[in-house]
Amino acid sequence: MAERNLGVADVLARCKAEGRAALIGYLPVGFPDVEGSIRAMVAMVESGVDIVEVGLPYSDPLMDGPVIQHAVEAALSGGTHVVDGFRATQAVRDAGAPALVMSYWNLILRRGVDRYAAELAAAGGAGLITPDLIPDEADDWIAASEREGLDRVFLVAPSSTQERLERVTSATRGFVYAASTMGVTGERSTVGSAARDLVARTKAVTDLPVCVGLGVSNGDQAAELAQYADGVIVGTALVRALGGDGELGHRIDTLRELTTDLARGVREAAR
Amino acid sequence: MTTGRFGEFGGRYVPEALIPALEELDAARLAAMQDPVFLAELEQLHRTYTGRPSIITEVPRFAAHAGGARIILKREDLNHTGSHKINNVIAQALLTKRMGKTRVIAETGAGQHGVATATAAALMGLECRVYMGKVDTERQALNVARMRMLGAEVVAVEQGSATLKDAINEALRDWVTNVEHTHYLIGTVTGPHPFPEMVRDFHRIIGVEARAQVLELTGRLPDAVVACVGGGSNAMGIFHRFIEDDGVRLVGVEAGGEGLDGRHAARFATAVPGVLHGAMSYLMQDEDGQTVESHSVSAGLDYPSVGPEHSFLRDTGRADYIFATDEQAMEAFSILCRTEGIIPALESAHALAGALVLGRELGPDAIILVNLSGRGDKDMHTAAEWFGLVDEGPEATGEERGRPEGSRSKAQQSGLVDEGPEATGEERGRPEGSRSKAQQSGLVDESPEDSSESGGSHG
Repeated sequence: MAERNLGVADVLARCKAEGRAALIGYLPVGFPDVEGSIRAMVAMVESGVDIVEVGLPYSDPLMDGPVIQHAVEAALSGGTHVVDGFRATQAVRDAGAPALVMSYWNLILRRGVDRYAAELAAAGGAGLITPDLIPDEADDWIAASEREGLDRVFLVAPSSTQERLERVTSATRGFVYAASTMGVTGERSTVGSAARDLVARTKAVTDLPVCVGLGVSNGDQAAELAQYADGVIVGTALVRALGGDGELGHRIDTLRELTTDLARGVREAAR
Repeated sequence: MTTGRFGEFGGRYVPEALIPALEELDAARLAAMQDPVFLAELEQLHRTYTGRPSIITEVPRFAAHAGGARIILKREDLNHTGSHKINNVIAQALLTKRMGKTRVIAETGAGQHGVATATAAALMGLECRVYMGKVDTERQALNVARMRMLGAEVVAVEQGSATLKDAINEALRDWVTNVEHTHYLIGTVTGPHPFPEMVRDFHRIIGVEARAQVLELTGRLPDAVVACVGGGSNAMGIFHRFIEDDGVRLVGVEAGGEGLDGRHAARFATAVPGVLHGAMSYLMQDEDGQTVESHSVSAGLDYPSVGPEHSFLRDTGRADYIFATDEQAMEAFSILCRTEGIIPALESAHALAGALVLGRELGPDAIILVNLSGRGDKDMHTAAEWFGLVDEGPEATGEERGRPEGSRSKAQQSGLVDEGPEATGEERGRPEGSRSKAQQSGLVDESPEDSSESGGSHG
């Protein structure tokens, strides 16, 4: 498959060439169970997600709001392990999209940074998003990711100063994750002007693509963000769709519908 | 690597969104510690409000149980609000005002740090919200009422295990959302830099005073300084001034809970380094790096990680860390009550248990300084049940209000305690009866809980 070698940067460049923002979808491994989460991730790819964020469930997810907290609690009590993330990245890769693992740092630290990086690369993973690791603490990860050719997605926030934006973006590879609002993950009725301002400030210090997350729940919001962001990151709304009532097949259909709407949104935006 | 490391431990493992606030705090506290106005204000508050300097008390009748060594208590239990926690809280509240912030949030386990924070917020006119695990609000209803009386909002956290670590998660979520006008008043020597260093510095006065007081009383330095270690703030407070005194042993006592085969919080005895709540330190975790829940009869020691500087002192060999089981701590608690007329906090009882062991080891010529970090009023319910003081028959324990519901029954299961008449677990089926019996016995004061309930409904 020609797609197999596409990295995050390639996909973002392709989207840009198409005159649109990329759609990046998050789901935690193991919710509702490992097989179900992998089916759901593949369904997202088939319905228009360009890059998948494969979330590793963690016992203390301090950047996440209630919807994702409950999903990862369920994943953990269902016996999900860190290694299950590798199966998910492989499946996403086989479906034709790059897979970035989103993990709180202790899970990586516990496995060993070098070992994890090698295993992730072997499983076809594109890299890591690290919500509680700043570049200042990331010497080991920067070295390991260089060695394995993995992307390093660090976050910037509305509170980030010019100095921090420069420091974070200079350590980043792949894209910069702009957290649109101060706070935890969750849907918001308006994404607000902070996101636009943050993207502009970030783009002023880097040529890397800047993708925006936190708060997007539908295609219209995605379209709004896609006017100025290189990618739109959606998590909570997708988790909520997958976590609804009914049998898994039905919930995955709901997830497909939402993904299709979001994919429409990133394509409709006037750029 | 950032600053704020103790060897490999410490650091700043937090979302980028918090970094500017941490840098602002770091700059503010460094400037404040050089500012005579700030230092004078803090000194005056400690003298006229906290009640410093706290006294030392030699306890010979207690020491008779410790091989006859001289044992001296540093009486942090006599501080306003009943523990050492106020030292740090008053200072951070002053810093909050200095930074122009109007709101403080805090986590609390047993409620002592929450009460101290609510107290300082009332004193200085700050808005205050305290996060407390739902399980802990039920165990420590009296302290919930105290915080509400002081004008604080208490949020019962139901996520995760609904205990201290989850309260910290929720406080961090609040902070990242409201960081512009809110200071997170962390209650122990953990969290991201500069908290471990700053909180230690605000508690350092304990050791500074105690060192001079012991010298004056005995003419020499103590052979050992002993303190309990949960997050480790009282221990860092009393240890720090003694670190350069090579002849003084520093001994931290962790919560051994049911023993190492059962549930416990003996991090140093069992754990490996990891990251939780912003700091690299010893951490109870499974093979995947998921946090493992800790356990102790004392809520203040019931935390799966420990302040990073303790990890450094441990790995460098400057301090030793031992543990006391629930049973050993309760025995030491009882001995101090009966021999000296001092009711210690259950947390501090672990330090006393350590002193009993150490005294027998060091012999009668030794001088042992123990940090009595808090008083035990808050623990009367737990103690009354542990020792069978509410002895009205199988149903008469009122366990639904207290800490020992879980710990007591688990202790029974592991055979660590004698089965008293109250120890059947039947009270779970009839809490109404147990409540009223407990009230009749006069050991459990219902009015504070009533006010907490009405405080909740009016709030």
